[in-house]
Amino acid sequence: MKFLDSLRFRIATLFHRSQMSAEMDDELRSHIQHRADDLERSGLRRAEAERRARLEFGGHARFREECQEAAGGTFIESLWQDLRFAFRMLRKSPGFTAVAGITLAVAIGANAVVFGVLNALILRPLNVPQAQSLYGIERGSDKAVNQSYPDYLDLRDRNRSFEDLAAYNVASVGLDTGNNPSGAWLLEVTGNYFDALGVQPYLGRFIHASDERGPNSAPYIVLTYAYWHSHFQDDRSVVGRTVQLNKHPFTILGVAPQEFRGTLSFVFPDFWVPIVNQEQVEGVNVLNERGNHVMLMVLGHLKVGVTPPQAVADLNSIGADLEKTYPKDDGHMTFTLIRPGLTGDWLGGPLRAFLTGLMLLAGLILLAACANLGSLFAARAADRSREMAVRLALGATRIRILRQLFTEAILISLIGGAVGLWGSILLMQALSVWQPLPTAPLQIPVTPDANVYAVALLLSLASGFLFGAVPVRQVLHTDPYQVIKSGLTGTVGRRITVRDLLLVAQIAICAVLVTSSMVAVRGLMRSLHSSFGFEPRNAMLVETALNMAGYTADKAPAMQKRMIDALETIPGVKSVGSVDRLPLYYGANSVNVFTDKTTDLRPANAAAEAVIYNISPEYFDAAQTTLLAGRTLTWHDDKNAPRVAVVNREFASKIFGSAASALNGYYKAKDGSRIQVVGIVEDGKYGSLSEDPQPAMFLPVLQSPSSQMCLVVRSNGPSNGSSQIGVGLNNDPQQLVAAIKSKVTGLDAGLPFTIRTWNQELESALFPSRMATLTLGVLGVLGAMLSVTGIFGLAAYSVSKRKRELGIRMALGARPKEVLRAALGRPFKLLAFGSAAGLLLGILASRVLASIVYQATPRDPLVLAGVVFAMALLGLLATWIPAQRALSLDPVILLRED
Amino acid sequence: MTDQAQLLPGTLDLLILRAVSLGPLHGYGVLLRIGQISGNALLIEQGALYPGLFRLVRQGLLKASWGTSDNNRRAKFYELTAAGRKRLREETDNWNRLANAIGAALGAQLEEA
Repeated sequence: MKFLDSLRFRIATLFHRSQMSAEMDDELRSHIQHRADDLERSGLRRAEAERRARLEFGGHARFREECQEAAGGTFIESLWQDLRFAFRMLRKSPGFTAVAGITLAVAIGANAVVFGVLNALILRPLNVPQAQSLYGIERGSDKAVNQSYPDYLDLRDRNRSFEDLAAYNVASVGLDTGNNPSGAWLLEVTGNYFDALGVQPYLGRFIHASDERGPNSAPYIVLTYAYWHSHFQDDRSVVGRTVQLNKHPFTILGVAPQEFRGTLSFVFPDFWVPIVNQEQVEGVNVLNERGNHVMLMVLGHLKVGVTPPQAVADLNSIGADLEKTYPKDDGHMTFTLIRPGLTGDWLGGPLRAFLTGLMLLAGLILLAACANLGSLFAARAADRSREMAVRLALGATRIRILRQLFTEAILISLIGGAVGLWGSILLMQALSVWQPLPTAPLQIPVTPDANVYAVALLLSLASGFLFGAVPVRQVLHTDPYQVIKSGLTGTVGRRITVRDLLLVAQIAICAVLVTSSMVAVRGLMRSLHSSFGFEPRNAMLVETALNMAGYTADKAPAMQKRMIDALETIPGVKSVGSVDRLPLYYGANSVNVFTDKTTDLRPANAAAEAVIYNISPEYFDAAQTTLLAGRTLTWHDDKNAPRVAVVNREFASKIFGSAASALNGYYKAKDGSRIQVVGIVEDGKYGSLSEDPQPAMFLPVLQSPSSQMCLVVRSNGPSNGSSQIGVGLNNDPQQLVAAIKSKVTGLDAGLPFTIRTWNQELESALFPSRMATLTLGVLGVLGAMLSVTGIFGLAAYSVSKRKRELGIRMALGARPKEVLRAALGRPFKLLAFGSAAGLLLGILASRVLASIVYQATPRDPLVLAGVVFAMALLGLLATWIPAQRALSLDPVILLRED
Repeated sequence: MTDQAQLLPGTLDLLILRAVSLGPLHGYGVLLRIGQISGNALLIEQGALYPGLFRLVRQGLLKASWGTSDNNRRAKFYELTAAGRKRLREETDNWNRLANAIGAALGAQLEEA
């Protein structure tokens, strides 16, 4: 109560502050009048009496301040004073204010953006009720988040730890709502999906477990709010309407609420469809295949009172049982719980590592900015030592002066923080509507929330205190007597000051940033020119999903052949081949393969896991994959012929020991069938650009049909023959696109398809390293900016501090070179020292980078030279103006001053 | 002026309370009254009086109101509150005890010597 009273009193005094001080003035004046009256009565003239009264009264201002303190208005009053004074000081040195504000704005803005992304993708849980008890299940043995449907059913029905387990899978379909077949992304979900998550529909109803009554029994669609809004114009009568999904009639059941956008943090589907209708959606039904683990992501709420370790133990006991019961299909079955939404360690791991690293770098930037501002502040405090000495001499306490300095620091940091936050919000808004890849519903849903604001505020305050604290020692040791007596004493000495250390640290940090961004850029450049095992230039991709147009897997190859034949007749087209799944397209499909001698085909006995491609015979031609030995596949390798495959060199050496022994040798597939190797092709990149060589096998499409199909159309290319990566379509390709379009629609008008260049398609594979390079580049530029301002600050300060000394030197006949050395020698030495330290650290840090950016190596002479050159250039840039100033000093004027 | 005694720290508040206890006074009046009742034996810096007055008001021992002085000037008058009256009694007792004790101590020392 007492505290509340005092608070109320303080607030009241704050509001009545001006009234109070007016009253105080009145009262003191009244006192002087009364005294003057008395003095007048004793015979003085009025004017003389008033003068005497004022003298007797003493220091009017001092008593007034004491009165205010006594009246209790002191804290807020003096804060207000400090603030006003701080504003005045900052306005008086706009250059300093601008540099400090911008530095902080940039540093805090960068931190806010990185934290915003981190927050959106990793920290923030999925938008479902009781998200904290929601876990995904990952297989511990191979860190895969996918389970087969039969395994999922066992886990769901036999566990005692989860309220319920739901599962989902990402797929794409052709949706026709009337007259426009177009591709859409969806989640295939188990019937209990919505109920297990606890989400309520916005409109209509959701799918329930009771809807599942066997394959294709539940042709229902639940729309996302966004898709309903953009494709159905918020039409509430949409519930109950029938649409064509891959030419099958599906009924729209309902619309999900706006805030529920599926169970992945970065992929927002357009709608949900029951998994029991998989055949209609994907063209195949693998729900009965227990060994098909590349299938469902499983998640559910833990029961109240069940801890994650208990749940893991529960799942593992089921897993052990499954292992025993189905040795052929289920390998090592142990489980871990993961946060849902990021597909576990496959994506979540690297993403988390990268974002954490980025956050660390952003933190370093802020630290560098604080070091920068700290030294600026210390320099400023030194410049103001006479002002402080005077204030101390007049009776100000050191605490009061420190408070004043801190007020200034925090004012700047708050201004910088506010500007930075504003900028970062703009950036985040741009990020969240950005669709980085044209071919996938990938999004970065960063919406700044309270967390982001809190972090920005906290960082601002913390950095304010941090750089405000740098001059504290200086102030505490100010001896007013000495300062006033001898004027501004430039501490000319060889002593290493805190400022010097700060600058070295800052330059080192910046050198780290510059090094890592250069390493990343070089790595990206190299990965753009490395061998993919195919040639993306002058190749068009025609992607169709035959299943979307109602072609089942057994009818698909015939259609593929017809399309290939049709497209090959287009003038300018050299060859056309098909592949079921492009290399470097969101990971690769791998299956276990066995040596010919293996009889027990359980996963543990597999010789290797090989990437599998189902191709048409012309694929190698179209993709320009070099055949090293043997023959390619032909259209005669069909169902009636013995099974054959073309493998890559890595496959040959891994399974057979060498390419020579591989040719015409046999290996076994999971189902036990023997496959003969008829050809060997070069290695390529299949899953990601940064992977080690992977074994891969190419199977004839007629022997392992797939309704997924991508046609690679190889053309002669533009007449000048120099199409570069990133160059858009010119006239020639545009004609090609038109020709392809008319051919495909001529074959089947209802077939949804997309046409793009292979280079465009590669964007997705290059996306992670592009993003890494971009962000590191931005951070590198920020780091460079900071070191420029830091060195500039120190150099400028050292010149202004030693003006008099330099003037004397010049008056005594020093040459410009000597003056420069005297003025800038120290900043340059610090720069060299800091750069060297930073370069070393940067090389160490770049090892981390190598895991994200392909072929990023810090031991690249070009990078080293680049960093040294960049830092030297920055140093030159930052010392140029102070150097000019030092040279333009007029010794006569200088020596006359002071 | 040289025969005026320096005020002991903390005693100004007591003097103010005592001065005001005899009737409402404005600031300058308080100063005059202290001079009068102490026989002009105490040196009080004029301006130093006011922080004391404000402090006492804030502690609720005095209350202040604007009025007109004998000189026909606007002035702020101070008077004791109930709490102020109580505090004055307590402080007076304290002071007397302290003065007696110190006096006795000093006296005893003299006899011994």
